[in-house]
Amino acid sequence: MSASAIFVLDLKGKVLICRNYKGDVDMAEIDHFMPLLMQHEEEGLLCPVLSHGSVHFMWIKHSNLYLVATTNKNANASLVYSFLYKLVEVFTEYFKELEEESIQDNFVVVYELLDELMDFGFPQTTDSKILQEYITQEGTKLEVAKSKVPTTVTNAVSWRSEGIKYKKNEVFIDVIESINVLVNANGSVMSSDIVGSIKLKTMLSGMPELRLGLNDRVLFALTGRDKGKTVVMEDVKFHQCVRLSRFESDRTISFIPPDGESELMSYRINTHVKPLIWIESVIEKFSHSRVEIMVKAKGQFKKQSVANNVEVRVPVPSDADSPKFKTSTGNAKYVPEKNLVVWTIKSFPGGKEFLMRAHFGLPSVEKDELEGKPPITVKFEIPYFTVSGIQVRYMKIIEKSGYQALPWVRYITQSGDYQLRTNV
Amino acid sequence: MTDSKYFTTTKKGEIFELKAELNSDKKEKKKEAVKKVIASMTVGKDVSALFPDVVNCMQTDNLELKKLVYLYLMNYAKSQPDMAIMAVNTFVKDCEDPNPLIRALAVRTMGCIRVDKITEYLCEPLRKCLKDEDPYVRKTAAVCVAKLHDINAQLVEDQGFLDTLKDLISDSNPMVVANAVAALSEIAESHPNSNLLDLNPQTINKLLTALNECTEWGQIFILDCLANYTPRDDRESQSICERVTPRLSHANSAVVLSAVKVLMKFMEMLPKDLDYYGTLLKKLAPPLVTLLSAEPELQYVALRNINLIVQRRPEILKHEMKVFFVKYNDPIYVKLEKLDIMIRLASQANIAQVLAELKEYATEVDVDFVRKAVRAIGRCAIKVEQSAERCVSTLLDLIQTKVNYVVQEAIVVIKDIFRKYPNKYESVIATLCENLDSLDEPEARAAMIWIVGEYAERIDNADELLESFLEGFHDESTQVQLQLLTAIVKLFLKKPTETQELVQQVLSLATQDSDNPDLRDRGYIYWRLLSTDPVAAKEVVLAEKPLISEETDLIEPTLLEELICHIGTLASVYHKPPSAFVEGSRGVQHKRLPGSAGSGESVDSPDTVSAAGVSEAPPAVIPSQGDLLGDLLNLDLTPPTTSGPPPVPSSGMQMGAMDLLGGGLDSLMGDESEPPPIPLRTDTPQSPQLSHQSPSPPDYSPTELGGDLGGSPAMGAAFGAPPAVMPASFSAPVSGGLDDLFDLGGGVGMPMGAYSPPKTIWLPAMKAKGLEISGTFARRAGVIQMEMTLTNKAMSVMTDFAIQFNRNSFGLAPAGPLQVLTPLSPNQTIEVALPLSTVGPVMKMEPLSNLQVAVKNNIDVFYFSCQYPISMLFVEDGKMERQVFLATWKDIPNDNEAQFQIKDCHLNSDAASNKLQGSNVFTIAKRTVEGQDMLYQSMKLTNGIWVLAELRVQAGNPNYTISLKCRAPEVSQCVFQSYEAILKN
Repeated sequence: MSASAIFVLDLKGKVLICRNYKGDVDMAEIDHFMPLLMQHEEEGLLCPVLSHGSVHFMWIKHSNLYLVATTNKNANASLVYSFLYKLVEVFTEYFKELEEESIQDNFVVVYELLDELMDFGFPQTTDSKILQEYITQEGTKLEVAKSKVPTTVTNAVSWRSEGIKYKKNEVFIDVIESINVLVNANGSVMSSDIVGSIKLKTMLSGMPELRLGLNDRVLFALTGRDKGKTVVMEDVKFHQCVRLSRFESDRTISFIPPDGESELMSYRINTHVKPLIWIESVIEKFSHSRVEIMVKAKGQFKKQSVANNVEVRVPVPSDADSPKFKTSTGNAKYVPEKNLVVWTIKSFPGGKEFLMRAHFGLPSVEKDELEGKPPITVKFEIPYFTVSGIQVRYMKIIEKSGYQALPWVRYITQSGDYQLRTNV
Repeated sequence: MTDSKYFTTTKKGEIFELKAELNSDKKEKKKEAVKKVIASMTVGKDVSALFPDVVNCMQTDNLELKKLVYLYLMNYAKSQPDMAIMAVNTFVKDCEDPNPLIRALAVRTMGCIRVDKITEYLCEPLRKCLKDEDPYVRKTAAVCVAKLHDINAQLVEDQGFLDTLKDLISDSNPMVVANAVAALSEIAESHPNSNLLDLNPQTINKLLTALNECTEWGQIFILDCLANYTPRDDRESQSICERVTPRLSHANSAVVLSAVKVLMKFMEMLPKDLDYYGTLLKKLAPPLVTLLSAEPELQYVALRNINLIVQRRPEILKHEMKVFFVKYNDPIYVKLEKLDIMIRLASQANIAQVLAELKEYATEVDVDFVRKAVRAIGRCAIKVEQSAERCVSTLLDLIQTKVNYVVQEAIVVIKDIFRKYPNKYESVIATLCENLDSLDEPEARAAMIWIVGEYAERIDNADELLESFLEGFHDESTQVQLQLLTAIVKLFLKKPTETQELVQQVLSLATQDSDNPDLRDRGYIYWRLLSTDPVAAKEVVLAEKPLISEETDLIEPTLLEELICHIGTLASVYHKPPSAFVEGSRGVQHKRLPGSAGSGESVDSPDTVSAAGVSEAPPAVIPSQGDLLGDLLNLDLTPPTTSGPPPVPSSGMQMGAMDLLGGGLDSLMGDESEPPPIPLRTDTPQSPQLSHQSPSPPDYSPTELGGDLGGSPAMGAAFGAPPAVMPASFSAPVSGGLDDLFDLGGGVGMPMGAYSPPKTIWLPAMKAKGLEISGTFARRAGVIQMEMTLTNKAMSVMTDFAIQFNRNSFGLAPAGPLQVLTPLSPNQTIEVALPLSTVGPVMKMEPLSNLQVAVKNNIDVFYFSCQYPISMLFVEDGKMERQVFLATWKDIPNDNEAQFQIKDCHLNSDAASNKLQGSNVFTIAKRTVEGQDMLYQSMKLTNGIWVLAELRVQAGNPNYTISLKCRAPEVSQCVFQSYEAILKN
């Protein structure tokens, strides 16, 4: 059904730690993994699934590690990859950084976690907050008090423990929208969408019942209310705490939140958005002599708003040299290891227009290999503003002890995958 | 302090030292020692010698230490089975520990110790743990049953654990339910025939309830299990779908894909006219699109699955083209998959956008991606007819870049475009020829040679071009050699006078100097054809080629159905059934989609039904050629049936009719007085070898040989066409495969039977739950017959066949019941001839010769429509008196006269007249005016309508002109089509 064994390898393919779950695949098969991977890479046919005889390797890479699952069955591939990413998440929460060193430094806990996270190839409890209640790094502390299974593990509410206490009951809500844009070289927007995310930082006592109200058009249509701006969410994904069938029937977002930080939901909006920062570029390449770059950036959002930490990244040929810049505002910097000019503007008010010129020399001898045409990318953040106009209308918090709790809401819009193709 | 210190002890006598530490009295020291042992084990050192000492540490109340010892046991128990028994007592004791964490740990670990002797001791503790009060222990014990089953299946059955496990499906705790389901599914998978997961509406209800409450992983187990269930009817199907759809909003991509699998499968059972069906379709698109923002590996799995979904239900994502546009930073495997899906979604509505993108990609630097992008442009041209011109001009632009691999790839796809749209884009040939020298890949060279051969008459220096390739003939790959041989033969047939030497050269290179049996065989076949009957050779070699369509790269429908049942799994990633890559799964039944519940609904979406339309039935066009090849090659294997020497075409043969060759053949044969030997295939194994020569489905080259040698449908007829020139010595000794091909030649001088088109697929299996019907119409001895081949491609027996027609233009109706007397078992094929009468109810159809048919069997009713050639309706007494003809011709108003051109027909007027007479088109008079033969002909339809024709044939001109006069002028178009079909076949 899923993985037969899980391996953590270093960059050379040496096994750092592994766990055999089912015993139906020879553990020595992993030796074929690295040669296979190299072979595929050379042929330009890199693929997340590799197979050697009847053994299939499903792998992901994280910092200087490969996480590999083996199987000889028709495994559920999406489950395996989800699980591998979950491993990364859990290990990262345990060790801060997941890398070769942290695996070695914590091998005892890693073994314990591998034992708890999956059984016979079936993923089990993978919520790191809950795991931390009974698998801790300091083994000595474990002894009696903690060596009980938290009932949470098998509870229907498997993501929140009982008996949490806060002096001040608060919940912080972050609404973050990322704009993905793909613009053609001739300036037409090929695709654009908004990926929104609502994150919670919950500091609430007990087992609170929460209900989140958004200006969701479908909900308003259902209830017959129709005032103010509403938003059509194309696809909504929820944290497992949200009652999906309830949402399906009456669009109510009701849940018992996990403690601390979590992503409550994400959504996608397909409406055509005007790219918030519009880039016009002229890149002229005079072979054997120079490259001239002119970039104009325009803030296409409300005058009252300000975009912070704007970075316009313009690709330059890898053999360019002797950069010269001129900017109407902000700072331009050449980052040779990435073949980029990074133009940084700390504060970019809406409606404004800025200009950057760059000049590079090119060697007279042309290099052989062709270079790709990387796009211009843009990074920015606009606080107190969402492009879609989504709003948190209420957050109701009910706990049986009856305490009053305060919800705080923050909005931010930022760049997601923001690419503008160039002509050169 | 971190654990890494444990790795650093590399002193001599380490094992000895560890032994001492393990036996230390101090708890701390013991634990440190065990950690060191585990560290050594982790880096791959053999520490099995410490087994007894480590096991001694097992009895401890320190949980961490216990876990480490258990870990050690799991690793080494197998190598020390006898000593592993030592651990049993502790396990049994731990299973009764007051701490549920320890109980669960013990039962979990015991199951992982794959030592037979231990398993019997495991039974009692396991039984207790399955009934434990703590759900954490129960959920662990549930998985343990699957572990035990893996080691000793019999034991599990004898101990009744399976029933206990089934009971756990009703457990109050959702996580226990989920693990029980997972364990049962796992066990069921290794026992395909057991009825373990006996899913019924009650259990399904329990599962659906648990679905709302268990962890994300548990949801996946349950959804995967649900996917194996077949609902009783569409109502149950709908209610399950309704309860599964909320899962599409789960943040975990794997949950979403498993839910998609259940929905895609159960949707098959919903009637298409149901509102809910449409709602469901709409609900599926957004989550699929969102999967594309997951991690790249998950994106890849999603894209491979979307590729399947798009083929099965194109309507779901038809408006989502944009999300598949390639991003610069996508990994290559994501880019290639997106490209593939873009082409599948390409339609007239979005083609402009798609082409702009593809052109952009074609200027990238990643060679594989660029190649695929160029190929994609070609596929668009073939798929979306309206875009062909734009695609061709895009390809020409790309050729101008002169980037070597772009040019080569472009030429390969342009060849396909030529095949698909003959006589449309040949103006670009000149540009292509300019790049001849830069082609270094076999596929591109072969494609270019094909183009030169195919259009030899329009390329002035075709002979020079081909000759230049010939110089290095033996260094070329087989693909190129075969193509070159064919191209030169084509050239010779088109320009016989200038190219005799060339053809002689290539034939001798192919037959005498080559070791490749395929090449030799093809060479001999051509040689023989050319030497015995150049006219036939021309018909064979230059025959019309079978169509190519974009369907060629679609996944075969039954496989597609199976893969849909495996959404999310490796099978769906590989696009292969599990049996192809999982050992020991051969006997496992292939999964199938459930049938639809609506009566007579075809399983397919309305879109594809209308697109597949009446006359197109595309999948049939190409695959049949494999058999043909077999036949062709058989001809050499069959020994002569009569005594005497094999047929040796001597140079002194009668070649009266060979005006085409003139004296050419003399020089071809004469100088080398040694006649071409009969190529006995002593050296090669089976004939199918031929079809291996050019695999790769997306390029259409496998059809080449079939195409060049006559094409599938045209084959038989092409050989039989000019009976007069068949040399007498040739017809006698052939048998077997040749019979099929040449027997028609025996009918010299006799009127041939009425023309009957080759069978085409009327009802593909995928639209009729496995029933495939192909068929044709024929008129035999004055009786119209519908001749059908019924094939059962489903898994179950089909019975109770019946047939009915809708009202149609000429009142065709079955004259008797459909004679399928015995049940049709899976994979069986039968031939049925259904006599038709013309006394049925009449209704004018559009097109006129359209016939709508309903076929019923025990499974369902299926509808299809087909067209019959109107010549079926020409009656035997259709010959008009001369006088009457003249009078009638004058009598019918000129407005009713319709004129048509029949192109590329190489018969003379007598042969044409003979051929037509076979189909009850009677020549009443013939007149010759200025070298032009005028044939006056009449025919009568079953409903008494007379059609009069004037056929003008000019010697040397392959284009005929036909004028038709009829009191019901709407039949003229059909009659013309029949003329064309009869004359050209």
